[in-house]
Amino acid sequence: MIGSLVDGVQQLLAGLGGADLVEITLLSLGVSGIATAISLLIGLPLGTWLALSRFRSRGLVLSVVNTGMALPPVVVGLFVAFLLWRSGPLGDLGLIYSPSAMVIAEVVIATPVILGLTVAALGQLDPRLRLQLMGLGASRWQTVWWLWREARLPLLAALMAGFGSVISEVGAAMMVGGNILHQTRVLTTAIVVEVGRGEFEKAVGLGIVLLTLAFVVNGILTWAQQRGPGRQDASR
Amino acid sequence: MTDLFERSGAALPSALVELRDAVVVRGARPVLTIDHLAIDDGATLALVGPNGAGKSTLLLVLASLIRVGRGALSFRGMPVGRDTELAYRRHIGLVLPDPLLLDTSVYANVAAGLRFRGVLSADARPRVAEWLERLGVAHLRDRPARQISSGEAQRVSLARALVLEPDLLLLDEPFASVDAATRARLLDDLEALLRETHVACVIVTHDLDEAVRLGDRMAVMVGGRIRQVDTPERVLAAPFDEDVAAFVGAETRMPGRVVSSEEGVAVVDVGGSQVEAVSTLPPGRAVLCCLRPEDVTLWSVGSPAVPTKIVSSARNQLTGHISRMVAQGSLVRVSIDCGTTLVASITRTSATDMGLVEGTAVLATFKASAVHLIPRAG
Repeated sequence: MIGSLVDGVQQLLAGLGGADLVEITLLSLGVSGIATAISLLIGLPLGTWLALSRFRSRGLVLSVVNTGMALPPVVVGLFVAFLLWRSGPLGDLGLIYSPSAMVIAEVVIATPVILGLTVAALGQLDPRLRLQLMGLGASRWQTVWWLWREARLPLLAALMAGFGSVISEVGAAMMVGGNILHQTRVLTTAIVVEVGRGEFEKAVGLGIVLLTLAFVVNGILTWAQQRGPGRQDASR
Repeated sequence: MTDLFERSGAALPSALVELRDAVVVRGARPVLTIDHLAIDDGATLALVGPNGAGKSTLLLVLASLIRVGRGALSFRGMPVGRDTELAYRRHIGLVLPDPLLLDTSVYANVAAGLRFRGVLSADARPRVAEWLERLGVAHLRDRPARQISSGEAQRVSLARALVLEPDLLLLDEPFASVDAATRARLLDDLEALLRETHVACVIVTHDLDEAVRLGDRMAVMVGGRIRQVDTPERVLAAPFDEDVAAFVGAETRMPGRVVSSEEGVAVVDVGGSQVEAVSTLPPGRAVLCCLRPEDVTLWSVGSPAVPTKIVSSARNQLTGHISRMVAQGSLVRVSIDCGTTLVASITRTSATDMGLVEGTAVLATFKASAVHLIPRAG
């Protein structure tokens, strides 16, 4: 079904540069996917540690993280562009206007989202569950694994929110990617270009592709969320 | 992982687990101060006390889930520290007041501790099946744990700890979340299991009846300290201080002073009345006369039915008026104002037969052996 939908949209846009569309879509998916994955690798362990430990400045760290969840992507773009600019501190890496630069900016955007929602997800668990697991002889890693498992629904929601925050993002992608065709043009920045040119049909087509993409990815994650063990009968 | 706590051939220390000089502080307030506590192998220690006494905190310390100083906790004579706490925890089984089941099947819940220990699932299967059977929840094996009743969940939680065949079973109010009928059945089952398996056990409870039934010894905690450790019978008969007396149900606590003492019987002046008690405390000593309500017999004053023989054998007689009557199930708690306040507990039937109401004049009698004297300052 999903395949035929994609076909339909491709036919819709065939006259408007189908090959470009596939390329742009794949780049969107790739950049957002990689950025979300990296954010998960940073945010999940860090969020778990924040959720489970108690230290003096924990409240301060949490409010910084929560502020980070609302970081305006344009500000992130500005900041990353400044760092990666040819004359900037990390200019020697030559990353500005590359997909790598876009991944960096999107990691900065998605990490606080996944981090903050991970803290919230684990914070919802009964604090004594951890004691119970340890009291049954779970090692530190076994304890963390089971806590993740118990919080899998809100953790998947965190992952979805992280992905959603970057797939739909345009300001940072534009600023650090440069919206160069065949190199750094993604769905969101392409829509901006087409609207700028007055090509509304193309823009709408791209918009449909973007929506479909977000829908499919979130659909897969939601399916995984509902399917978990012990949940089959919960929906009766 | 090598097990540092494996039984060795060498002579074992008598206590399975020992706790020495342990202090737990919350904020600036010490919530637990334990000088010494030993848990004997194969015996059940009931930990009782009012809310906030530190019972649950002590249990978590014993589970090595709250850290106290190095060397404070030891298992079979070996100190439990950061490096050995996981190995130690794999010798215990923990049950908390709420079942805290994992969001998976009943079977996987009971198998969880075995999985943590790396027991192969083929080896785990018969053990899990056995304990599900023994706790009467075998039919729930494949049900999601979130869908069973709280009584069933508590049985699963007990099975989850017992399947580990722990050296020490730590139970924190294991029947707190179930109704009275389920509680009574679970209590029967647990009593039988403890007797069969001879597992050392520490059970936290605020229910004195549970403690008396299950405990080989009973520790009474008040204000973060253990005030008294002894057999339940001795704690009930001879509470160490007023707090313990209050907790174990000596509702009458009359301050007085010993006026004479001979042949093991002390005469105490209580607000002008004389009370005799079995005690060797010397004359002049300020004391608290503790008396359990069920040890007091009431007679209507002026009724011709008072048999003088029984009255004289009871030694202690105080007259007064009933100031308060409170129904408690099939019993009635009667407060008598006789200079000081005396509490008696009689059946509802006899209260009706005797026509007792508030204001009725009564004679209260009790044996000298029922009075326990606690020395106090002054």
